[in-house]
Amino acid sequence: MTTDRRAGELTAWELVRWTWRQLTSMRTALVLLLLLALGAIPGSVIPQSGVDALKTQNWQDAHPTLTPIYEKLGLFSVYHSAWFAAIYLLLTVSLVGCIIPRLFVYWRGYRKQPPPAPRNLTRLPDHAAYTTAEEPDVVLHRAARQLSRGNRVDTGDGWVSAERGQLREAGNLLFHLSVLIVLVGFGIGSLFGYKGGVILVVGNGFSNTLTQYDDFAPGSLFDAGKMEPFCFTVHDFSVDWISSGPRQGMARGFQAPLTYRTSCEGPRSTWSPEQSYDLRVNHPLTIGGTQIFLIGHGYAPVITVRDAQGNKLYDGPTVFLPESSNFESFGVIKAPGRTPGHDLALQGLFYPTFALVNGDPVNVMGDDRNPTISMLAYTGDLGLSNGVPQSVYALQKAGMTQLKKPNGKMFRVDLQPGETVQLPDGKGSVTFHGVKHWTRLQISRTPDVWITLLGVVLALVGLLGSLFIRPRRVWVRARRHDGATLVEVAALDRSGGGDLTPVLSSVVDSLQDGGQGAPAPAEEVRRTEEETRA
Amino acid sequence: MSDLAWEHLSNQAIGAAGVVYFLALLAHLVEWSALRTVPVKAASRTSVAAGGVPPVVEERGDAATDEATRFRVDMFGRLALMLTVIGCAAQLVALVARGMAADPNRVPWGNMYEFTITGSFVMVAGYLLLRKRFGLDWMGPIVTAMVLVLLMIAVLWLYTPVEPLSEALNSPWLVIHVMSAIIATGAFTLGGITSALYLVRARAEKRGAAADRGYVARLPSLPTLDRVSYRIHAFAFPVWTFAVLISGPIWAHQAWSSYWNWDPKEVCAFITWVVYAAYLHARATAGWRGRNAAILALVGVATLWFNFIGINYFSTTSQHSYASGASAVSLRDR
Ligand code: HEM
Repeated sequence: MTTDRRAGELTAWELVRWTWRQLTSMRTALVLLLLLALGAIPGSVIPQSGVDALKTQNWQDAHPTLTPIYEKLGLFSVYHSAWFAAIYLLLTVSLVGCIIPRLFVYWRGYRKQPPPAPRNLTRLPDHAAYTTAEEPDVVLHRAARQLSRGNRVDTGDGWVSAERGQLREAGNLLFHLSVLIVLVGFGIGSLFGYKGGVILVVGNGFSNTLTQYDDFAPGSLFDAGKMEPFCFTVHDFSVDWISSGPRQGMARGFQAPLTYRTSCEGPRSTWSPEQSYDLRVNHPLTIGGTQIFLIGHGYAPVITVRDAQGNKLYDGPTVFLPESSNFESFGVIKAPGRTPGHDLALQGLFYPTFALVNGDPVNVMGDDRNPTISMLAYTGDLGLSNGVPQSVYALQKAGMTQLKKPNGKMFRVDLQPGETVQLPDGKGSVTFHGVKHWTRLQISRTPDVWITLLGVVLALVGLLGSLFIRPRRVWVRARRHDGATLVEVAALDRSGGGDLTPVLSSVVDSLQDGGQGAPAPAEEVRRTEEETRA
Repeated sequence: MSDLAWEHLSNQAIGAAGVVYFLALLAHLVEWSALRTVPVKAASRTSVAAGGVPPVVEERGDAATDEATRFRVDMFGRLALMLTVIGCAAQLVALVARGMAADPNRVPWGNMYEFTITGSFVMVAGYLLLRKRFGLDWMGPIVTAMVLVLLMIAVLWLYTPVEPLSEALNSPWLVIHVMSAIIATGAFTLGGITSALYLVRARAEKRGAAADRGYVARLPSLPTLDRVSYRIHAFAFPVWTFAVLISGPIWAHQAWSSYWNWDPKEVCAFITWVVYAAYLHARATAGWRGRNAAILALVGVATLWFNFIGINYFSTTSQHSYASGASAVSLRDR
């Protein structure tokens, strides 16, 4: 019984060892790398909800049969799916299991002498030989001296052994270790960091608390208490519109001057002093560990809505979302009435540069040269009081009726700055005062990003060492043979990237040249690579 | 010179480069068809490292034809090389002029047309620089044919007039990031050519059809092809690493507020990186050396060029839209 059990234990242990060896073998690493590449493909061809939610939604709407299948497979969120995680976790385990033993081997082997010359150098694929009248010891002594440049050299009975390029393995280990550092840094950054966006109409302020964000994507271990207490105000926004040339209508030179304070906590007197900054594309503002980016802009028409009695139901700038690169924008205005059922709403377009072409309304360009709104008007119940949250960019028309002209024709609020229009049936009036800019800002914090950066830089250094240092061994043997000295030289390239022919010939040449007096003519110098092939 | 004149100069130089490359290709074809008539004699093959399509000695043939053939081979080989150098110089002129034509002056890497003419320039320049060192003369016909095709694609389909950079591209990182990406692309393409030829030769040898005549017979030996491929890839891989995993994220962070966004272009560049890492691994893995490694290198080139051309045309979520002139600052609404 005891023997049985021992045998069983042994197999179990062997199984573990076998599995581990398989997992950490080069072949598995290779297969896992290929799987990683394969696994990443869906993410580059199928829209990802984490990257572009809107596009993903559209795709899903267009492919009703595929969507449930894809959803099960996690194909809309590949980089968070279990199977993708499985691949990279296995790869990480394999990497650790591969690197750690090699670290020990390298550590122990580094100080060792190069291995003695193999007995029969002519067995090696790259070798050369010549005969000379010199004594073997003289040749070997010279060989040791000449090879000691840049090599570690060991000598023995009738041979010299030289080795160089052990740092290649160090570079390789550094590279693979750095891959782990990058993974750790990337993990910390995405677990503890966050990314949020806000649309700010010029003139408005922002203070860094959760409630002020329009959208917010925290890492899983993010702590809102650690948000930096800064605040800022965007004072202006300017943009250059290119008015001629091939990119006519393109915008450039976005600039949003703002003032900020690094701390706006507590009573105003304790706030930190105000500083100013010109926020531009490619020039984010850094406050502590948080960065603020200018990533979008648009128009906010300033509109006043009055009811039949002349009460202001709505007054101020409203963010309209651009629908195309020429900034024709769509927006909704919801004006709750003084009494239930008398809400007013507008929905429609803003044209920065309006023109009528053959009777059709056209937006000429993104600059606000001829700002115009063209909207439909509704009255009824907006449904704001029933507690269900609504998007500010969409109108729920269930309780609303569209206003028509007395003759039943379509009624439009078509206004230019300074103009007012009376709504039909004496429902009230709409005034368009002018237009303001809004900016879309991305605010994000990636803690300890230096770890990742350090990791990639170290990885690159290791990679360069690993790819460009050529580990090489050269051996020389000399012995008396038929009354002369037969000198054999062989070389071995351990990176598989080197061409040894020139190495061999330079060693042979310098050995022969170094001889006192005229060297005996080389009887036989064999370069084998081409020859054996032929 | 006015911007318009620079732009014209650039276009004309590209045209000239195309014509010259075409002539170079013809010269190469004459060279190699002359070589076809003479069998390769292994013993006469000098080491590839010494360079050059080796002069061929025919044992039994009559000396006169032999002499004439050798002269033809020599002469057309040299002519092709000279034409390639001229074409490359013309392409350089085109690139500089393209940069001068923009207002303000800039590096000529703002759109796909410019990227393509620069990438193919790097490929030719790389071939010319490495030709001696690695003995790449046998690549001549392929490189000239390839650059010709790339220039044609660029001129016919990708051409865009000179225009100012969009805002997000307007950064010193454009120079750093795009230059390293272009250099790596050119080098990977060269490496792809050597790997493809490795496969061609391996197949011919396996079929026993490694005839002693023709182009395939004159390719370097399989170990040499493998080694040259490795050396080229070993150069390109760190450059690509720098472009995609260091300078790219730093710039993306500045321009779009996030280091790594799993944007399709980023994903594809990452896939390319992983495939080439697998290639480097394969060369050290038993059973994967040689043929499989060469196949991986070709897969790598495929992902590289798909990323460049395919993603720009097929994916609209990519922020890396060289293809469209959409303003970089726009609303990504959600
Ligand atoms: C995250 C996954 C990995 C990546 C991105 C990666 C990448 C690379 C790269 C680019 C090289 C070539 C450069 C060099 O020689 O240093 C390489 C070489 C090497 N890798 Fe990895 N590797 C990974 C995982 C592994 C694993 C799990 C193993 C263990 C089996 C491993 C073992 C090796 C070895 C032994 C070499 C040297 C090959 C040679 O001598 O040419 N790698 N790796």
